[in-house]
Amino acid sequence: MTRGLSLAFVVALCLLPLCADGQVTNQRLAAAPNEPQNWLTYSGNYYSTRYSPLAQITPANVKNLKLQWVYQAPVAGNWQTSPLVVDGVMYLTQRLNDVVALDATTGRAFWIYHYTPAADRIVCCGANNRGLAILGSTLFMGTLDAQLIAIDAKSGHALWKTAVASTKDGYSITHAPLVVKDKVIVGVGGGEYGIRGFIAAYDVNTGKEAWRFYTIPAPDEPGGNTWQRCPPNSTGFCDPEAWKHGGGSIWMTGSYDPQLNLTYWGVGNVGPDYNGAQRPGDNLYTDSVVALDADTGKLRWHYQFTPHDVYDYDSVQVPVLIDNWANTRINVVTWANRNGNFYVLDRATGRFLLGKPFVKVNWMSEFDERGRPMQTPQPEGQPTYPGNQGGTNWYSPSYSTRTGLFYVSAWEDYASIYYPAPSQYKQGSNFVGGGPRNFGPVPGAPGLGRAPINSWTESAGHGAVLALDPKTGDRKWTFAMTDVTDAGILTTASDLLFTGGREGYFQALDARTGALLWKVNLGAAINSGPVSYRVGTRQYVSIVSGLSLSVFALDE
Amino acid sequence: MPRVRLTVALLLFLGMFGVCASQALAQAPLHDEQYPQADIAYGAAIYGSKCVTCHGAQGDGIGGVNLRSGTFRNAVTDRDLDRFIRAGSPAGMPAFDLDSAEMTGVIAYLRNMNAVDAATVARGDAARGQAVYDGKGACAKCHRVGGIGSHVAPNLTDIGAVRSPASLQRSLLDPNGQMMPINRPVRVVTKDGTVINGRRLNEDTYGLQIMDDHERLHSLVKADLREYTIAKVSPMPSFKGTLSDGEVADLVAYLLSLKGQLP
Repeated sequence: MTRGLSLAFVVALCLLPLCADGQVTNQRLAAAPNEPQNWLTYSGNYYSTRYSPLAQITPANVKNLKLQWVYQAPVAGNWQTSPLVVDGVMYLTQRLNDVVALDATTGRAFWIYHYTPAADRIVCCGANNRGLAILGSTLFMGTLDAQLIAIDAKSGHALWKTAVASTKDGYSITHAPLVVKDKVIVGVGGGEYGIRGFIAAYDVNTGKEAWRFYTIPAPDEPGGNTWQRCPPNSTGFCDPEAWKHGGGSIWMTGSYDPQLNLTYWGVGNVGPDYNGAQRPGDNLYTDSVVALDADTGKLRWHYQFTPHDVYDYDSVQVPVLIDNWANTRINVVTWANRNGNFYVLDRATGRFLLGKPFVKVNWMSEFDERGRPMQTPQPEGQPTYPGNQGGTNWYSPSYSTRTGLFYVSAWEDYASIYYPAPSQYKQGSNFVGGGPRNFGPVPGAPGLGRAPINSWTESAGHGAVLALDPKTGDRKWTFAMTDVTDAGILTTASDLLFTGGREGYFQALDARTGALLWKVNLGAAINSGPVSYRVGTRQYVSIVSGLSLSVFALDE
Repeated sequence: MPRVRLTVALLLFLGMFGVCASQALAQAPLHDEQYPQADIAYGAAIYGSKCVTCHGAQGDGIGGVNLRSGTFRNAVTDRDLDRFIRAGSPAGMPAFDLDSAEMTGVIAYLRNMNAVDAATVARGDAARGQAVYDGKGACAKCHRVGGIGSHVAPNLTDIGAVRSPASLQRSLLDPNGQMMPINRPVRVVTKDGTVINGRRLNEDTYGLQIMDDHERLHSLVKADLREYTIAKVSPMPSFKGTLSDGEVADLVAYLLSLKGQLP
């Protein structure tokens, strides 16, 4: 974040009840770049740049990084958490819904808060939790059984719990909440279970719901007409009330512009994922970014990346905010989307400024002047690029104000073949409408898999870190990997870029050139984003790999 | 009356036998013939709508889990599978509330996932096929089953658990088209001029592992290589024309019998 806060805004924030000495105030959250020793939100700041102003670790000395400590999680599975660090204490979630407070210099625990989500929870794609939000000395966590819990950051005891939604209807929460002023904002997962998605804000002190925005409008609401009537002569299955189960999940944390008081959230796939015939229309606000008034939840604008999606192109990516785009006075939201395109939108109005593929794309050919894609569905049985996991997915991108580059973890030359099928909604049941097949080099060959033995090899797509120029969408450099990557990206003020991948390497690149500067094999896939913080005079970088959170620093 | 009593006794006896028989059936390794085709087909449809999102169409979407093998670490019997699918797993799989027909179908399909194309392939006699493997085919010259044969080509000890009948047949007749990319022959020249020819075992961004033509394992750092080429032509000959259709069918049957069990 580069702009200062207006005096009025600061004064208004200080009137809030949680503005107390030594605590994480709204001012601190809004000015997070001013305290580089901490990591106060999921992406490090409200602009979600995952950029650290720290510069003790440099391209010259990064080769001397040493492992300082490791924290081992007790529950197996895909650990996707990204920690917060506040004044020397690291807060992180571990599966299923535990919260742990650690000494950020030694890894020793202060406390562990255990929460057991209800047994009837349903999560399509892993029992994940990606992190926390903090305000004052209260942590906030969404749970797999769709609860929002406030936890005392000093003691690890719960303060309140609010039911956000019902597990019976397929709802869950997997992302880190976002605190804005006196509200904590979360959305719901369940896009593969026919939910009607929403984003909601809750009072930070009481957990009382303050507003709710449905990502699937009702028929009489704006956007409701994008859930069209079924044609009278329809031969296949068509659901006349498709909107009721239209998906639109939220499973990554949004961003916030304090000056506009708008919060930006990416919306997930439509339900059912693949069978478009049973839900005619554009199916708003699925696969869209929505800009909401942070006080009221009212929709200010939206932009739909993939109208009438049949590819599972969730648009849940972290929105990255950039000021004075392309040497103009336009402040924008930038977006490397699962559908393979890089977008730039005016974040005050939603105006489409740029759309350009960053990987191979054949589901569309071009944009009209308003940014609507010209869709080019592939013939039956033919591969669609990018494939089901997307050109990128939920992995955190990064933007460096120093290099002016946008960094994203991408899957290149990767395709799927889609098979739509009618899908009847049944409460709490999987609702996807067909499925994708990976487009592999040997039709019908079994056993294709990834790490630790990469039998896909170069023949079925590969991972890469791409450096994009947000002015044009052009690639500035590419760091190609053999296996794919689900790792987020961190950049620092010394022009370092940290990231990982399925192969288990944690590596540092030169953010200006993409040159490899340092790597270590952590032995298991990296499915999260690095963070950096400082305690005393020492800069640390942390990363989750497999069941281990590893922390590196230079020797003193 | 006596007749009634006898009938009741007989029914009780048969009922007990039935229970025992079904338990024995559930415990025993099951063959595709034991599942009705209708159940398998229905299960394939359920799988396509509920399981494919994570497990993939070929059952290998989750790392370390190969559903096509028909055997599962956490579920030996069909009853185990039923329980597992209904309960889900803390490691990430959600619970699936399937009705009984859906569950029966999914289990039938999972047990036969690797044999879905069986009807399109002629399968002969496994014993005769083993004779072809050992004799005319000379397969052990490059391949290995159990402790016998060479390490140069891929080990076939569990090939029947991971390849479908049609895939095996295609491998015999068109090896290039069926060669897994990971198995491609590679040629490496190190910076000091050492030449290594072999079969690729694994590769990542920075290195690769090779079984060379002399059955030696190599782990190489790419930055240390002067040359690294990957061939797309399989060293395995096609048996089209050299083996009769019957011999191919016998060989397919033998390969399908190789499920990786210890002797």
